[in-house]
Amino acid sequence: MRLFVTYLIGVIFGVGISISGMANPAKVLNFFDIAGTWDPSLIFVMGGALVTTFIGYKLVFGRTAPVFGEFFAVPNSRVIDMRLVGGSAIFGIGWGIAGFCPGGALPALGTGRWEVFAFTGALIAGILLARWVSTKQPVRAAT
Amino acid sequence: MIETAFTPWASLTGGVLIGVASTLLMLVLGRIMGATGVLAGLFQPISKDDFAWRAALLLGMVTGPAVVLAVSGEMPAVQVPMSAAALIVGGLIVGFGVTLGSGCTSGHGVCGMARLSPRSIVATLTFMAFTFATVFVTRHVIGA
Repeated sequence: MRLFVTYLIGVIFGVGISISGMANPAKVLNFFDIAGTWDPSLIFVMGGALVTTFIGYKLVFGRTAPVFGEFFAVPNSRVIDMRLVGGSAIFGIGWGIAGFCPGGALPALGTGRWEVFAFTGALIAGILLARWVSTKQPVRAAT
Repeated sequence: MIETAFTPWASLTGGVLIGVASTLLMLVLGRIMGATGVLAGLFQPISKDDFAWRAALLLGMVTGPAVVLAVSGEMPAVQVPMSAAALIVGGLIVGFGVTLGSGCTSGHGVCGMARLSPRSIVATLTFMAFTFATVFVTRHVIGA
């Protein structure tokens, strides 16, 4: 039951991404190309998703716990460090080159297009590489 | 470069559905709907149960385009104007960056911003700025 509901939530996300245009790199990059073939559609994706989640979270956090679970797994760190800013900057560069972000690519795998599989394979390799590099670094002082 | 049509209603509807899914995942499992976190956790699950919900969610996401095809009669458009090399290099860079930065467009940009998390606001402004800059450079400086 719990897994089936989770699956259905994935379907809703996948349909949302598909019709929003986030699974289409040409559309995504056109949003970022104000000086060229600008397509402002993605403002509506972000706006719709943000307002809905903002209201939804307000309602959900009125509960003491999720339906299937003991607590809300929400990060509570407020530390803004180089790792956060540098990592996000690197992500932005990659997004600008490839046109896919992770949330856009995963549902797009369902279209069966080889380009999505190439991107996602590289994405996973990048995730594992970053993890490996992190383990090679000297242990940082716990903050 | 491929011109794409301005689709405010489809994009708004898609955005609302993304928000509905994000809300439901928090309501049901108490989890953040972040593509990076969900995917990365699959390779380092803390338990069988942890692996199972991530796999179920991803399987649902991948089903999305088929549902769109069944309802509308058309597969969602995936137009890829970039080379295989750009996809692979870009994919590696994205994977590296989102892991260091602890999130991507869905995790920071939607869920984190909706919680008004200062980390997510900084992350989102940073990656948006760098994506704008990268597209400007690749299309109008190098590609000019």
